Amino acid sequence: MRVPVLYIVRNLAARRLTTILTAGGMALVVYVFATVLMLAAGLEATLVATGQNDNVIVIRRGAQTEVQSGVDRRQAAIVESLPEVAIGQNGMPLVSKEPVVLINLPKRETAKPSNVVIRGVTPTGLVLRPQVHMIEGRMFRGGSSEIVAGRSIAGGFQGAGLGETLRFAQRDWLVVGVFDADRTGFDSEIWGDAEQMLQAFRRTGFSAVIFKLVDSDRFDDVKSSIESDPRLTLEAKRETRFYADQSEALSKFISYLGTTISVIFSIGAIIGAMITMYASVASRTSEIGTLRALGFSRGAILVAFLGESLLLGLIGGVIGVVCASFMQAISISTMNFQTFAELAFRFVLTPGIVLAALMFALGMGFVGGFLPAAHAARLKIVDALRAA
Amino acid sequence: MPSSGTRVYLEQASKRLQSLLSKFHAAAKSLRARVTGCGKLRASIRRIVRCVFVYLLRLILKNSLRHKLRTILTVVGIVVAITAFGLLRTIVDAWYAGANASSSARLVTRNSISLVFSLPLNYAQRIRQVDGVSGVSWANWFGGVYITERNFFPQFAIDAPTYLDAYPEFVLSPEEKKAFLVDRQGCIVGRKLADKYGWKVGDQIPLRGTIFSGTWTFNLRGIYDGADKGTDQSTMFFHWALLNETIKKRFPRRGDQTGVFIVQLKDPGQAAPVSAAIDAVFKNSLAETLTETEKAFQLGFVAMTEAILLAIQAVSFVVIVIIMAVMANTMAMTARERGSEYATMKALGFGGGYVALLILGESLAIALTGGVIGVLLTFPMAHAFADAIGSLLPTFFISDETLAMQLGAALMVGLVAAALPAWRAANIRIVDGLRAVG
Repeated sequence: MRVPVLYIVRNLAARRLTTILTAGGMALVVYVFATVLMLAAGLEATLVATGQNDNVIVIRRGAQTEVQSGVDRRQAAIVESLPEVAIGQNGMPLVSKEPVVLINLPKRETAKPSNVVIRGVTPTGLVLRPQVHMIEGRMFRGGSSEIVAGRSIAGGFQGAGLGETLRFAQRDWLVVGVFDADRTGFDSEIWGDAEQMLQAFRRTGFSAVIFKLVDSDRFDDVKSSIESDPRLTLEAKRETRFYADQSEALSKFISYLGTTISVIFSIGAIIGAMITMYASVASRTSEIGTLRALGFSRGAILVAFLGESLLLGLIGGVIGVVCASFMQAISISTMNFQTFAELAFRFVLTPGIVLAALMFALGMGFVGGFLPAAHAARLKIVDALRAA
Repeated sequence: MPSSGTRVYLEQASKRLQSLLSKFHAAAKSLRARVTGCGKLRASIRRIVRCVFVYLLRLILKNSLRHKLRTILTVVGIVVAITAFGLLRTIVDAWYAGANASSSARLVTRNSISLVFSLPLNYAQRIRQVDGVSGVSWANWFGGVYITERNFFPQFAIDAPTYLDAYPEFVLSPEEKKAFLVDRQGCIVGRKLADKYGWKVGDQIPLRGTIFSGTWTFNLRGIYDGADKGTDQSTMFFHWALLNETIKKRFPRRGDQTGVFIVQLKDPGQAAPVSAAIDAVFKNSLAETLTETEKAFQLGFVAMTEAILLAIQAVSFVVIVIIMAVMANTMAMTARERGSEYATMKALGFGGGYVALLILGESLAIALTGGVIGVLLTFPMAHAFADAIGSLLPTFFISDETLAMQLGAALMVGLVAAALPAWRAANIRIVDGLRAVG
């Protein structure tokens, strides 16, 4: 025989202030837990979506980022002539040889400087990134000192908006357009003409060579032919892999720190639940005696009190997740440790995170409620009935 | 079992309480007797107040021990929260450590485009000629990997003689310093870094270059200590000359370049004009410079990760709010159960304020007990944490400000948690209170 669920629910409703405070504490813990996971997921989603699976990026061996890398023109030409490189509609290989540098720009709101990626691209480079499209103004013209800014940069940094100018490398660069890269890492970059960038920054070599594979399955062939060629000191990576690697350190840092913090915080919430449940048991001792006398088993009492505690946890969990879901509207912009460059990303709520957060909340309810429930179940009928 | 010392103390305490009690009676008697004696009246009132407070304290103590399990659980919760709060604030402090440890007598000159671009070495001569400059040194970020990417620590190629002059906070024994200066392949590392990897003087340390490719091997010639606990002891330094030679051989165009110049000032008060003067020298050159104080330079790095920092700070306050909810719950429950007691006290003639004070006192006693234990626990926890993360954060120690904030937070939790129940108990009508069942 089971104790009716309504009895459990009404017990929580009877002590409203206590229920609200206990569930509120749990909700806050779940909120922190969920937002941290959302942040890590958002970072990964942004960088993983940046790469295309059949694009290959070639950088100098040992370099972890494009900025650290250097590929001279001779090496770039060798890569360009590989048979695995796809040919575009105009009969030219789909290869983009790009200089990538960082410049220091002040933010709009705080005027504090941060590093922004400047990428020199070619018309082919645009073909290789189909997710990029202009939302304001137009694309830069080849051979001119014109640049286009990614959405996050145009809004976040001084002088990067449409019609404004940026001064770097002894030139004034006119921002003629703002592009949207479908919430990928390119949203946090500024693009200009590759050859103009090389001249302005006085570089003779590129930073990276990006090309499209003829056939996505032939990556291993091209990787081994690039890495075994004695003329090349380069390594090849799938673009998806390359960008996913760049999210690793920061997303690990965020999720480790966040999980540790949530677990520590949950101790507080578990204690809150325990206090509430012990008090709930203590004030209903005679009720428990009556229930037992009516024929409810010890197990049924245990389940009833554990159910009450789990329900408390569930309420907290749902409130926490609902509050966390509002964070999806917010995007944050910070420096990625690995690339040393600014990156904007959003909080992303995935079904997995919702599930994890609710399980976490139920776990807190279970741990907090188990001892008091066991205590209630162990009460002797006579003693319980005698306590008034 | 209390030890004999405790028992003696308890006996003494109870004797003193008894004598205070008799004094209270005497005072009350004398008060009635000598209503006219004004000065004595004041003394008597003071004595009464003192007695009332002693009663109050005893009552608070007894009350808070009535539900031992509940009190213990609440205290544990507060301990956890206060410790977590202290740790999080210490993490944030560690982030700013580089900026706080910087000297106001040093400027940093870098390429105005960004740190990724280098400056030609001949700038050193021209910077030295600027008025107000007493010395120039230079350093270059190396970005090497020791075995795996996981083992991150900063490495700089430095112009050793001038650099060690500019940074007296890196303390090196004269023998080790000499050994380092004469060995072109030599390097020095901070004490924390050496401890982490178990390096000893004479060891060879291989690094895989990410910016300057290839494997580089250095001989460890010295281990430096920090002049104070804020000094970064997890950096590796080696000779810029070695780096430059190798670069010149491999990529002649990239030779004789450096990342930053460190400029020593004659007068720290002249930082702004000297910075402007240095930048003016290189205006419209191929490599324009940006000079700022070392502190501004370091804060620039902190600002880049500000979003994460703000999140940690926000979260550190969330834990206080969580524990506030738990504590408020405890006090609300306690006050509800004792509703009829409070009504009885009020019926006996105790004022609403006295009852409120009783609740407030109990709340504060629990919160502050938790707070103090939490503060004490922060020290071993921070130590363990610092050991666990190793050289990721250069320095890690608890500031006085953090300790004060921890106690302040505990005080606030106690006050806020008591507010509503105390107000209710003070204003409840005696009849309602007597009628209420816990």
